[in-house]
Amino acid sequence: MNPQLTADGRLRHLLTLDGLPRAILTQILDTAESFMDVGEREVKKVPLLRGKSIFNLFFEPSTRTRTTFEIAAKRLSADVVNLNIATSSQTKGEAILDTVDNLAAMHADMFIVRHSQSGAAHFIARNVAPHISVVNAGDGRHAHPTQGLLDMFTIRRYKGAFHNLTVAVVGDVLHSRVARSQIHALTTLGVPEVRVIGPKTLLPAGVEQMGVKVFHNMEQGLAGCDVVIMLRLQNERMRGALLPSAQEYFKFFGLTPEKLALAKPDAIVMHPGPMNRGVEIDSEVADGPQSVILPQVTYGIAVRMAVMAMLAGGNS
Amino acid sequence: MTASLPDAATLIDALAAAIAPGFDPDTRIVGIHTGGVWVAERLHALLRSPHPIGQLDISFYRDDFSRIGLHPQVKPSNLPYDLENRTLMLVDDVLHTGRTIRAAMNELFDYGRPASIKLAVLVDRGGRELPIRPDFAGLVLDVPAHQNINLSRLDDGHLSLSIA
Amino acid sequence: MKIHIRNGRVVDPLNQHDGIADIYVAAGKIVAMGTAPADFHANRVIDASGLVVCPGLVDLSVRLREPGFEYRATLESEMLAAAAGGVTSLACPPDTDPPLDEPGLVEMLKFRAKNLPGPRVYPLGALTQKLEGKLLTEMAELTEAGCRAFTQADAPLTDTQVLLRAMEYAATFDFSLWLRPQDVSLARGGIAHDGAIASRLGLPGIPALAETVALATILQLARATGARVHLSRLSTRDGIAMVRAAKAQGLAVTCDVATSHVHLCENDLVGFDAHLHLTPPLRALRDRDAIREALRDGSIDALCSDHTPVDEDEKQVPFGESSPGASGVELLLPLTLKWARDMGVPLIQAIDLVSWKPAQILGVPGGHLSVGSYADICVFDETAEWQVSARALMSQGKNTPFLDQPMQGRVRYTIIDGHLDFEAP
Repeated sequence: MNPQLTADGRLRHLLTLDGLPRAILTQILDTAESFMDVGEREVKKVPLLRGKSIFNLFFEPSTRTRTTFEIAAKRLSADVVNLNIATSSQTKGEAILDTVDNLAAMHADMFIVRHSQSGAAHFIARNVAPHISVVNAGDGRHAHPTQGLLDMFTIRRYKGAFHNLTVAVVGDVLHSRVARSQIHALTTLGVPEVRVIGPKTLLPAGVEQMGVKVFHNMEQGLAGCDVVIMLRLQNERMRGALLPSAQEYFKFFGLTPEKLALAKPDAIVMHPGPMNRGVEIDSEVADGPQSVILPQVTYGIAVRMAVMAMLAGGNS
Repeated sequence: MTASLPDAATLIDALAAAIAPGFDPDTRIVGIHTGGVWVAERLHALLRSPHPIGQLDISFYRDDFSRIGLHPQVKPSNLPYDLENRTLMLVDDVLHTGRTIRAAMNELFDYGRPASIKLAVLVDRGGRELPIRPDFAGLVLDVPAHQNINLSRLDDGHLSLSIA
Repeated sequence: MKIHIRNGRVVDPLNQHDGIADIYVAAGKIVAMGTAPADFHANRVIDASGLVVCPGLVDLSVRLREPGFEYRATLESEMLAAAAGGVTSLACPPDTDPPLDEPGLVEMLKFRAKNLPGPRVYPLGALTQKLEGKLLTEMAELTEAGCRAFTQADAPLTDTQVLLRAMEYAATFDFSLWLRPQDVSLARGGIAHDGAIASRLGLPGIPALAETVALATILQLARATGARVHLSRLSTRDGIAMVRAAKAQGLAVTCDVATSHVHLCENDLVGFDAHLHLTPPLRALRDRDAIREALRDGSIDALCSDHTPVDEDEKQVPFGESSPGASGVELLLPLTLKWARDMGVPLIQAIDLVSWKPAQILGVPGGHLSVGSYADICVFDETAEWQVSARALMSQGKNTPFLDQPMQGRVRYTIIDGHLDFEAP
């Protein structure tokens, strides 16, 4: 039933962390651990995906995410083709499936897909040839599984385990695919208390059914946390019917040293980037000793290598 | 069906004895996961090497990756020194087709350019598919292609060879 | 053409008839039931042994896609599909291109339909010009041209003052208004029910409040103006409760639901199948269960297919980019029967929801098997099992969430105006 797994339970596509078994998540993290030193060696690549073609299909532009996938693919010795479809064929009215079929005809082995619509990666995965794997690099508000995984990797590196943690996800959960992937991963990996903190306008309906505790107040929500994950607030949402202003948001939900002091003394602070300093996070915190925001970026490459390596093998 | 084989510890002792005469203390010992690391650990002790051993997981260099995929438990490779111009003693448990050794050498070169590599194996079972031969072998044995030789580690830390 | 339908189980809700009987049809009318009239010589004898003979179905929402959307479906294909679904009368919403807001367009559609085999087509007139929600259409002229009621279909009506005026005007002439309650602002940007599943899938939500807030407005205006209002496509438990309460207070409103909403809910959206992108959205399980119960207790007056054929390309895109709607006129009967089986409801009560009751709402003849009435008859096999597939559907729209699913109950013959317009191969 799960379109992400093969009949024998191996990873076929990576579309969402929702419903993936804990064993698979752990295997990805473990595999990523082995890729960690590749970037520090004399030759910064392994020959695993030599001869494989990986297409970055970005229907929504994102230099940052695309670059990390590109580096990861190149460290695996794959050939990478970047397609910024937002500015090419889509504007000419070419249907997604035509684009996908065309690339498949060029012997693609893997598609890395980013799209503004929730479910777009599922849609493409449903329509590709059996030898092609699809990695969701962010679809609408739905999922960003590799970001969720790299966040888990970061937490495991700093905290060692998941079973004794309290983790807070703070901010615009409503529009955040990152938050959804984090929440699924955290609950699957056995974090006993996952909290979301934000104003009611930025929390989705029935979010507690995803297994989280809801807080509307930073002081209460951060108390006793081991991990604080801040979410990005998009510019267009800083003023309007969801929020009156960025200033007022920062006052109540921005992470300052004072608010962070309510979490455990050894709590780590994470952010998927890019940050809005002074909106969701104070610079003093972002650059402070508890911040692991830069390591997150480094780990992102190893995690994406692990995902691609697990997807690409064993199907030819 | 498991036939009896010589005791692994005895073989390792013999292997160490064969290596010892020309062993340069500056040589770095590198074991291949998983059995090769066990053998390397013993050799390391017996040869009184002053340097930590290296560990190599060749999963990322296997030539059958496309066919069988990634091993579910990849261990990180760990080479706690610069390889440039070093003499290496590569250690594995069983030498068969030679493909593992090829992968291991490819991986080593991605860490740097060693001055030389020697190969020590616990058992050379024959059946080579590549032009690779060991410099030291604890036991040379002709094993039919359908049989497997396995090195396992018991709960008490003892190594045991079996054939199936 | 004289037809003798022999030995079928005649189920006629209006006359509370459920038993084996022969029916005799001549000159477009049912001329006798039970024994043949003197000198009756049938041109065609239909052996209905083991089959159910019921009034032809009356479907309150079938999009025929003409004029303007012929790439999605044509009058020919959809009327044939409707006949294959046992439908003998249908109401077609005005959301064509151009919309049915002028008598000429309505007359043209009626004329085209009349010359094709298939059900009686009753156009619904646009409530406002171009369905823009601003200026009223010439409702009296449109009524003369054949419109049975006025509606915005799924087009928004943001201006409550326009709605009030429309009701006052319609009440003046006793025209019927069909309104789908959905507050435009609350539904803005949404594509799925605002609940746990949409939150999990990251699909922008349409809250249940969008329905109840709009309903509150409509019910208040209906009370104040005395307009005849029919509420289309209810989808929420709370909305149904409001209508039930309004009816109990004596307000003369009626309402319908679509068959998809009787069987599906938000949980089915996992997997992002665009065929489940419907208007209104599939709601929570509790809403679906409330619909099933309200159909049983009579709070909901009719079931319709809300037949919306779209081009395959319009569903071969991510969920949020797909055109909403499902092809359904051929599934109206089996899905109604499935509900009745699931709920343990007698067949005669189920048939009532798709024949006599909708005929009353639409204000047209048909929907019953009285001697002397129009010979609009459906003969079906209650136990026949089949599988929904693109090939099994006659509609040009193959877009159904029930694709590949097994159905029980299949139409064998459809007689419209005394003609055998459909006969299963």
